[in-house]
Amino acid sequence: MQRSKAQIEQGHIWTFPGGIHPPQRKTLSNASAIARPPLPPQLVLLVRQHIGQAGDIQVQVGDQVLKGQPLTASGASRGLPLHAPTSGLVTAIEERPSAHPSALPELAVMITPDGEERWIERQPLRNYQQLDAASLIDLIQQAGIAGLGGAGFPTAQKLAPQKPLDYLIINGVECEPYITADDRLMREYAADIVAGIEILQHITHIERVLIGIEDNKPEAIMAMREACQNKPQLSVREVPTKYPSGGEKQLIQLLTGRQVPSRGLPIDIGLLVQNVGTAFAVKRAIIDGEPLLERVVTLTGEALQRPGNVWALLGTPVKHLLHYAEYQPQSNGKIIMGGPMMGFTLPTDAVPIVKISNCVLAPTTQELPDSGAEMPCIRCGACADVCPASLLPQQLQWLAKAKDYDALDEHNLFDCIECGACAYVCPSDIPLVHYYRQAKAEIRQVAREKAKAEIARERFEARQARLEREKEERLARHRKASAARQAAQADTGNDGDNAKANTGEPSAAVKAALARAKAKKQAQQAGAENEVDVKTDSDEKQTATTKTDDKSAAVAAAIARAKAKKAKPDGSPDNSEMARLREQRKAEARQRKAEREQQAEQQQAAKTTTHDEAPQQASDDKRQAAVQAAIARAKAKKQAAQAQTDVAKNDAASNPTNSDESADSNPASTDKPATDDDRKQAAIKAAIARAKAKKQAAQSSTTQQPQDDNDS
Amino acid sequence: MSVLTAIIVIGVLALVFGIVLGFAAVRFHVESDPIVDQIDAILPQTQCGQCGYPGCRPYAEAIANGDDINKCPPGGEATIKQLADLMGVEAKPLDAAHGEEDVKRVAVIREDECIGCTKCIQACPVDAILGAARHMHTVIEHECTGCDLCVEPCPVDCIDMVPVETRPETWQWNLKQVAESHGIPVKMVE
Amino acid sequence: MSFRIAPSPHGHVQRATSDVMRWVVLALLPGVIVQLVFFGWGVLFQLVLAISTAYVCEALCVQARDRAAWPVLKDNTALVTASLLALSIPPLTPWWVIVIGVIFAIVVVKHVYGGVGQNIFNPAMAGYVLLLVSFPVQMTSWLPPMQLSQYSLGLWDSLHVILFEFTPDGYSVEQLRTSVDGITMATPLDSAKTDLSLGYTASEALQKPIFSDFAGLGWQWLNLAYLAGGLLLIKLRIISWHIPLGLLLGLCVPALLQVAFAPDTSIGPLIHALSGATMLGAFFIATDPVSAATSNRGRLYFGLLIGVLVFLIRTWGGYPDAIAFAVLLANMCVPVIDKYTKPTAYGHRRES
Repeated sequence: MQRSKAQIEQGHIWTFPGGIHPPQRKTLSNASAIARPPLPPQLVLLVRQHIGQAGDIQVQVGDQVLKGQPLTASGASRGLPLHAPTSGLVTAIEERPSAHPSALPELAVMITPDGEERWIERQPLRNYQQLDAASLIDLIQQAGIAGLGGAGFPTAQKLAPQKPLDYLIINGVECEPYITADDRLMREYAADIVAGIEILQHITHIERVLIGIEDNKPEAIMAMREACQNKPQLSVREVPTKYPSGGEKQLIQLLTGRQVPSRGLPIDIGLLVQNVGTAFAVKRAIIDGEPLLERVVTLTGEALQRPGNVWALLGTPVKHLLHYAEYQPQSNGKIIMGGPMMGFTLPTDAVPIVKISNCVLAPTTQELPDSGAEMPCIRCGACADVCPASLLPQQLQWLAKAKDYDALDEHNLFDCIECGACAYVCPSDIPLVHYYRQAKAEIRQVAREKAKAEIARERFEARQARLEREKEERLARHRKASAARQAAQADTGNDGDNAKANTGEPSAAVKAALARAKAKKQAQQAGAENEVDVKTDSDEKQTATTKTDDKSAAVAAAIARAKAKKAKPDGSPDNSEMARLREQRKAEARQRKAEREQQAEQQQAAKTTTHDEAPQQASDDKRQAAVQAAIARAKAKKQAAQAQTDVAKNDAASNPTNSDESADSNPASTDKPATDDDRKQAAIKAAIARAKAKKQAAQSSTTQQPQDDNDS
Repeated sequence: MSVLTAIIVIGVLALVFGIVLGFAAVRFHVESDPIVDQIDAILPQTQCGQCGYPGCRPYAEAIANGDDINKCPPGGEATIKQLADLMGVEAKPLDAAHGEEDVKRVAVIREDECIGCTKCIQACPVDAILGAARHMHTVIEHECTGCDLCVEPCPVDCIDMVPVETRPETWQWNLKQVAESHGIPVKMVE
Repeated sequence: MSFRIAPSPHGHVQRATSDVMRWVVLALLPGVIVQLVFFGWGVLFQLVLAISTAYVCEALCVQARDRAAWPVLKDNTALVTASLLALSIPPLTPWWVIVIGVIFAIVVVKHVYGGVGQNIFNPAMAGYVLLLVSFPVQMTSWLPPMQLSQYSLGLWDSLHVILFEFTPDGYSVEQLRTSVDGITMATPLDSAKTDLSLGYTASEALQKPIFSDFAGLGWQWLNLAYLAGGLLLIKLRIISWHIPLGLLLGLCVPALLQVAFAPDTSIGPLIHALSGATMLGAFFIATDPVSAATSNRGRLYFGLLIGVLVFLIRTWGGYPDAIAFAVLLANMCVPVIDKYTKPTAYGHRRES
């Protein structure tokens, strides 16, 4: 380690295996200064801008927000806050296509700028040296700074572990072709970047800083060297142009000769890596008090008439930027967010810029032609030659196709940085990286499911144990109670009046407890057998409608349940029958659901008619609707039930309950003009109606099943 | 005489090898999980009972005792394949009598319709439903196994089985799907 | 507006399998020309026969396997296989020999194993070995180089020999092989092997007119031409240097040791390297990516193994040249080599 440190100090540049030299095409966009396009008509601020948790939303639709005002706060989730990039009106909070290869919709805050750029109160901090690391880290967290180079890991979290480190590495390599955002930033804001680096140094107490820049950016190197003059602890290191030397792990190897251990972090080998853009953002956050509101985005590609770098506000839709850069629509064109090697195609230009978007690439089809059809692998090994992680891409590809996840792990799939060098050189046009990504996603999915199954198993076992325990406890209580009763009886024989006063109450309680215990036991048994006791249902519903005292109802229900249980032959579970019953019930449930949906439409119609009848109840619309829905549903169920019973040719059983129900649901419908009814009433009625309907259905199904209990 | 010699030689050899094998069996005995635990580890633990047993563990026991391995719809083909490997039997297609493989779902209670009857709580095999009598219930989504056992007991049918939504972090890199969802009529390089 | 979707990377190096194979064939050209000069027109007919047979077989196989024929035919792999086999056999071998060889190489060695990329053996060499074992006479009937030959064969003569096994004047291949002084000619390696086995010392064996130049008349130039083509391929990064270097080291180092310790039975590294099929094998045959090891270290070992095997078979085996056997034997070892030469992935290095 000591020897290597001496070499590092001498400015030795190591090398990493593999790598490729794709056409750079950086001159397209690096000629002009970073421009500032006009404000877009609407900003789409995805609440989640990067990996990890999103913050909690702090604004509401209709709020007027100021520039720099937090839209989300870290809250319990410790997500990064997001700020309004300009002043304006929050017009919506809804899901929008995310800046992710899947473009799956994610929650976003929509802001319509007012063009006034009114700031919230900023708190510039010129003499940050007086603050300790913790409060500076907190400021960085509050400014919403995420790593602007790659995955967007929250910078504050990266800085948090206070651990003595050897080197702070500043990544200004920018090895992806086309992209020149960091290049321009270094040329134009070298002093600010160095100020940011010094803040980072102050926070982490790292003495030595290595700034890695690829040698195809001579102006940037010069600018940074100039800014680092008289700062001996900062050294600019020129690294040879080779893709992917800007990968964190590769840069570490280039500058220090060290390797980040597999599944480890740079911090494990005494290093901290930050992007130049991040250093710049840190300077803005601390010294100027401005949170992260914008970033440099390279707009490039031959389909753009006016390529270049721009300061893009977070949330600027790609469409706006393309329009600004005078995009010439291509037939079959692609829009790539990021570079040509690791960027992803956007299905739509409504996707907004997020904290990690460094480039929008609009190539012509001649410029970056689609790869041809996949041909069989000829094991030429070109992929292995260029792999910067020394993996065996072709073996990985075969294993990924065979879904052999164990072998993939053995071949270190998770050390793949998805740089795309292998797929770039493959003569058979095999989209290797795509296979790795799919395999990785699938492995993660399997792991997630495994973990979930494990939790489910634990919970299931815990529940079984609990049920067992409760049963034991009940039995114990039962024994105790009977003992007490016997004792009490003996007591009453001995001394009359006294005992009467004493035991009168206990005996009632004991009885209730006994009943409850019995009922519960039965219920548990029923549950364990996956049986739904139809009759209990109906009885309980009746007790519910009578709305008698809680306890008595429960007792009644319990007794009823117990009776029902007794009537049923108790034995070992016959699975085939249960399975069949279950199937049947499912079919019924499905049918019911379908009919309910159908009914919902009719109910809609019904609602409008009732509105005509009683127009003065506009304010009670919602409640009204709910009641009506319930009635309609009940009716639907009833109909369904009737239909079923008709099929079963069992009029006797269904008719009385039928009339019952119509009697019951009619008052509900006549009740509705009396709109002062409280909500609960309506809900309960709806529930009763629904329950009845269900009972009906259930009954009819039981009558179709003669082997089920026949005393309904 | 020669016959006798041959018999004796073979007998002695048999004895020696028998002892060697017997010793090896004891000496190199491999401790492994009981087969039921291994089967249980493969099953998806939805505890849905679609196999006809009251949970995954009972089904695992049944498989160990020779029941078919193709009765688990939530596990689907993948589980059948793993079970076949473990049990050393031929993988067979899922038994349709027990249901079909479906997308993963979770239960969601329409909370304004819930009457607080606690029936679903009793039905849930993994205690993933929260609530008290006469109070609204709700499903703890990430604990729900999608077994749909709570759907049937609900007296007011306020429980829906909703397909689990794909999030960017659970997305399986299906670019075709992206193209289709945005109505891009292109041939994909897969 | 919606746009096309594609997986990254979006750029792609513009060199497909077919280009790689085309470059291999182009790099063979210097050798083909030298072979034409020294061994007559027969080479050309063998090439034509082999290539047309290969494409017919390929098309039929692809058809039978229900694949789209055009992309497979277009990838030029059959072209390379056929060319290598045609260049490996004596130029005046009867037509049916090369046809059988190519059919075996394409149908059995390549497509029965699952087509391009799936074969474990080098198709050309498997075909060659089949022919060598089945038709030893025809397969060893190399003509002397033109300078030593009694007869000079024209275009028509060559074709006639290949088709009917006799020249229009009625000479058989065996007669054509006799040199000016009436001795049946053999390849340099064959001649040396025979002489050494007859008890001559190496220096005596090397007195033969065929060794009148530094490494065998004609053959030395042929090998140098293949060397030039091979270096071109390395320069173009179509093949890596590991296999050729390994092969030559594996062959020449033992040959040097032999010179040092048993000079009387040693023909020396120069003749080993520049005679027979050494250079063709080192740069064109052993480097067939499909059946070779995949990592660079593995390739070095693979080459070394072939080289050592070639030396062993040439010195103590029953065949004068041994590239084909050595390559096939090494092909069998590829899975093992691959297993033990897996490069250490990033982050798995033991830190000192």
